Amino acid sequence: MLRREVSVRHAHSAVEPSRASKRIAATIVILYALGSTVPLVWIVMTAFKSSTDSIAYPPVLLFEPSREGFCNLFFTHTRQTEEYIAAMPPATGVCDRIARDRGMVIAGPSNFKPRFLNSIIIAFGSTALSVLLGMTAAYAFSRFRVPGKDDLLFFILSTRMMPPIAIAIPIYLMYRELGLSDTRLGMILLYTSVNISLAVWLLKGFIDEIPREYEEAALVDGYTRLQAFRKVVLPQAATGIVATAIFCLIFAWNEYAFAVLLTSGEAQTAPPFIPIIIGEGGLDWPGVAAGTSLFLVPILVFTVLLRKHLLRGITFGAVRK
Amino acid sequence: MSADGANGKGSPPAPRGPSLVERAAALTPAVLARRVRGLSDRTVAWLFISPTILLLLAITIFPLIWTVKLSFTNYRANRPNAEIHGVGIDNYVRVLTDADVWAAMQATAHFLFWTLLLQTVLGFALAYFLDRRFRGHGFWATVILIPMMLSPAVVGNFWTFLYQPQIGLWNYAVEFVTGIPADSFSMIGSIDLAPWSIIIVDTWMWTPYVALICLAGLRSIPGYIYEAAEVDRASRWRQFWTITVPMSLPFIMLAVLFRGIENFKMFDMVNLLTNGGPGSTTELASITLKREAFEKWRTGYSSAFAIILFVTVFGLANIYVRALNRVKSR
Repeated sequence: MLRREVSVRHAHSAVEPSRASKRIAATIVILYALGSTVPLVWIVMTAFKSSTDSIAYPPVLLFEPSREGFCNLFFTHTRQTEEYIAAMPPATGVCDRIARDRGMVIAGPSNFKPRFLNSIIIAFGSTALSVLLGMTAAYAFSRFRVPGKDDLLFFILSTRMMPPIAIAIPIYLMYRELGLSDTRLGMILLYTSVNISLAVWLLKGFIDEIPREYEEAALVDGYTRLQAFRKVVLPQAATGIVATAIFCLIFAWNEYAFAVLLTSGEAQTAPPFIPIIIGEGGLDWPGVAAGTSLFLVPILVFTVLLRKHLLRGITFGAVRK
Repeated sequence: MSADGANGKGSPPAPRGPSLVERAAALTPAVLARRVRGLSDRTVAWLFISPTILLLLAITIFPLIWTVKLSFTNYRANRPNAEIHGVGIDNYVRVLTDADVWAAMQATAHFLFWTLLLQTVLGFALAYFLDRRFRGHGFWATVILIPMMLSPAVVGNFWTFLYQPQIGLWNYAVEFVTGIPADSFSMIGSIDLAPWSIIIVDTWMWTPYVALICLAGLRSIPGYIYEAAEVDRASRWRQFWTITVPMSLPFIMLAVLFRGIENFKMFDMVNLLTNGGPGSTTELASITLKREAFEKWRTGYSSAFAIILFVTVFGLANIYVRALNRVKSR
């Protein structure tokens, strides 16, 4: 017991909080954490409810899991008469059976898969481009004497202050001229231009931490600048690059304003699509919840992966641990 | 390329060369090699920076200039063939004298004030408790951080479900705690409650963000200061107000700065939760801008509004950064 106290004291040289205050703090934090996850848990639960259970009042905690939400997410349905359904060949899948129980037939696959695929392509495409451009620019800003460096860095950051809708107006016109409206390429370029400020600032912080001596030794050994960059700096910055990439991915994955204003079909991503999943009689909550849950899973994984670098990422590298 | 590049001059390719670049380097004709090798640091620097600058010029600065140009015209994007003529500063005058715009600015100010206040107080408190370093605080910190990583649009959308008067979990929880019948009020349907509905969701989502930055602030305070205060018999209360708060103030201000800029631009969450309604009670600046630009298609007018918003956020941020630097250097 005593030894633990001592070691903790070393880890944190401040006056060690008393055990009672620790217990109070733990209670408050855990209550907050549990409370703030309730909405999320509720959405995941709703994804597995039948449409009747999803709108039951008082809300039901225990229910028979249903795949209705996911069926509604992946397929579109049409209402048919009982005679029509009776005359059809026997149901082939789970979703088919669920639909027929409600007097519907499956009309075809929904747009969810292509929208999800767009999200993946656009998020990864813009992330790759942001990290590539960001890494080279950050290296140059970190290592070379660039005239007007601080102004350029501030300029890069200030592009992030524009309200997205304000940029969307001219982008809309420009893309219409260039034929980039509603294309994946257009969205990749746009998201890259938004993410590049984060990528440059974050990566510059990571590269600043790599001692210059490593590269200088390599240069003395006859490496060129580019070789030194590739063989010495890149491996050293690997963690930083991965963290930056995940931040860019999350932004592109979550982005809504540009997506809803500039895409309508071909290049539409999941965020503008999920809210308009319409079922029989208005919004289909299990379907929306299923789409939301699937959409949030990658983010949960990323959050856990990133937890050590979160602080840096959300402050553009201004605060490091 | 490597086969041509050998040219008899470079050494023959090693069967298992260490890397493609090295092999390519070995195979490059001597003259070219000297030139590549001779890339001065200056050249490398510009080679590395210019793609980023070019991209930003093309996709951010050029459109910005275009917006400025459009803001002096009567252009409407849904009528590309109509005659365009300059209208001087008319658009700016109309924006600044438009009652709807001022209503939107007021709604934005209300939203900004309450979200920043609540998030700062709650976030700092959370950080303070997390800094007690109880067992498992790392795990709980990660759990707390989840909401801020989510897509604001998707969050706004699923809160419409939680806010449903008949079936929503929020109304049920309110009835459970306060006894007010769940179907007697509607968070997003009532004029009085709607502004608070967006404040609640934003606070739920972003309090962890402020907490995380404040936590870094608390941990940056060296322990010996507290030890010295203990020696001086300063009470815990006094230590809190004379050490903890002032020394983490730059971090709190940084968090407020980032949240302030983000919430001034707020669009996605509110667009899906209330879409500015009921009436225009939650119509924040960005929502008004969207209506003018993409629903009424008054492109010239909305460009002027966009420029005014940008100048405002940029100006406020600059003033704030100066204050932040003054606090930091103290």
